[in-house]
Amino acid sequence: MGLELYLDLLSQPCRAIYIFAKKNRIPFEMRTVELLKGQHLSDAFAQVNPLKKVPALKDGDFTLAESVAILLYLTRKYKVADHWYPQDLQACARVDEYLAWQHTTLRRSCLRALWHKVMFPVFLGEPVSPEMLATTLAELDVTLQLLEDKFLQNKAFLIGPHVSLADLVAITELMHPVGAGCQVFEGRPKLAAWYRRVEAAVGEDLFREAHEVILKAKDSPPADPTIKQKLMPAVLAMIR
Amino acid sequence: MGLELYLDLISQPCRAVYIFAKKNGIPFELRTVELLKGQHHSDAFAQVNPLKKVPALKDGDFTLAESVAILLYLCRKYEVPDHWYPQDLQARARVDEYLAWQHTALRNSCTRAMWQKMMFPVFLGEQVPPETLASTLAELERCLQLLEDKFLKDQDFLAGPHISVADLVAITELMHPVSAGCQVFKSRPKLAAWRQRVETAVGKDLFQEAHAVVMKAKDLPPADSAIKEKLKPLVQVLLQ
Repeated sequence: MGLELYLDLLSQPCRAIYIFAKKNRIPFEMRTVELLKGQHLSDAFAQVNPLKKVPALKDGDFTLAESVAILLYLTRKYKVADHWYPQDLQACARVDEYLAWQHTTLRRSCLRALWHKVMFPVFLGEPVSPEMLATTLAELDVTLQLLEDKFLQNKAFLIGPHVSLADLVAITELMHPVGAGCQVFEGRPKLAAWYRRVEAAVGEDLFREAHEVILKAKDSPPADPTIKQKLMPAVLAMIR
Repeated sequence: MGLELYLDLISQPCRAVYIFAKKNGIPFELRTVELLKGQHHSDAFAQVNPLKKVPALKDGDFTLAESVAILLYLCRKYEVPDHWYPQDLQARARVDEYLAWQHTALRNSCTRAMWQKMMFPVFLGEQVPPETLASTLAELERCLQLLEDKFLKDQDFLAGPHISVADLVAITELMHPVSAGCQVFKSRPKLAAWRQRVETAVGKDLFQEAHAVVMKAKDLPPADSAIKEKLKPLVQVLLQ
């Protein structure tokens, strides 16, 4: 059995890995784990990732969790083009810096924006107070400003003139609130221009394919009570 | 001007960077940034790290934020022994996996545990509701269990038979609740044994030196109202 990638394209980090693997023609078996059906909570999947999260990787007997670790593993094993994770000491450090920063900032606010604006009301049938939603969207705004001012600045891509892992991780995050109907790029021409550059670098078809699921998230049928009960604790922990 | 490390040893990631640099004989100027005096909010420090956090690195004109990025930069630039961040594909992936996971897991629960149990009452003169503290300590327990079961398992160190940056990042986190009087290693003999191994590998004197500040945090005089005002946003975050 070759490389297997356990993914749900509803999830931002899964999209980053999917795009990266496809763009670099890394051969893999796609193992879909449907989060909204609670499939990540199964005993079978726990064998692959005891942390019960996607993305996860299985390469022979070797299993790996955490999207950043997976992206770096694929980068090294398949010897992809240098720009994805440059050899240059400082350029590499810039990618590491972004990949570290995003866990508790952009990742978090994009996740909350999607769940508070769409998934709680539409999928879980749980209303979210206007104040809570406003706070979440304000937080997202602050994070987007940091993304522009501290990371992107006046460069073509987050760390310099070429697309890197940082851009993939960032863009797939931003598509979460976009999927929720947030006008992330409105009034942010710098980010909008960067978005178009990343899309072009990845390839529009691949980008669209990777984002089909998230762009339909607001049309998710409501969860049945069993699923809702199953998912609630994990959801609450995730967006805390 | 050579390498400068902007640190406050009250901060867990700063301790990891400090220990790593000292252990590897990396020459650096220590630039202390006192968090409890709000020094990380100064305009001067914003020149080094616009994210206004420690640790931060300055190497000539190159500035870098994020402890994971800093540790990897130092590993590469100073060509430290392989075990810290092994060349082996799978061993390295295990380190990356830990470094990614910890941001939103152990890091989070150790910071909250230390602040809610100790810094709030001692330094800020505020009591945290018992339910909040109980919930935080339960979350810490959960993370400690994952640390043992998913990462350490039956290995000597988190990523295998030798100490790596993953162990430094983890141990410095655990010393945070230890400093607040949490019995982290009691009834966890596996973790206690690992702690002994890490301390020995680092060197007891260096380990003690790095932890002197945090171990005395419980004896801090109460903050004056100006400082309390400055720390308000942080306080809100830590109580969520």
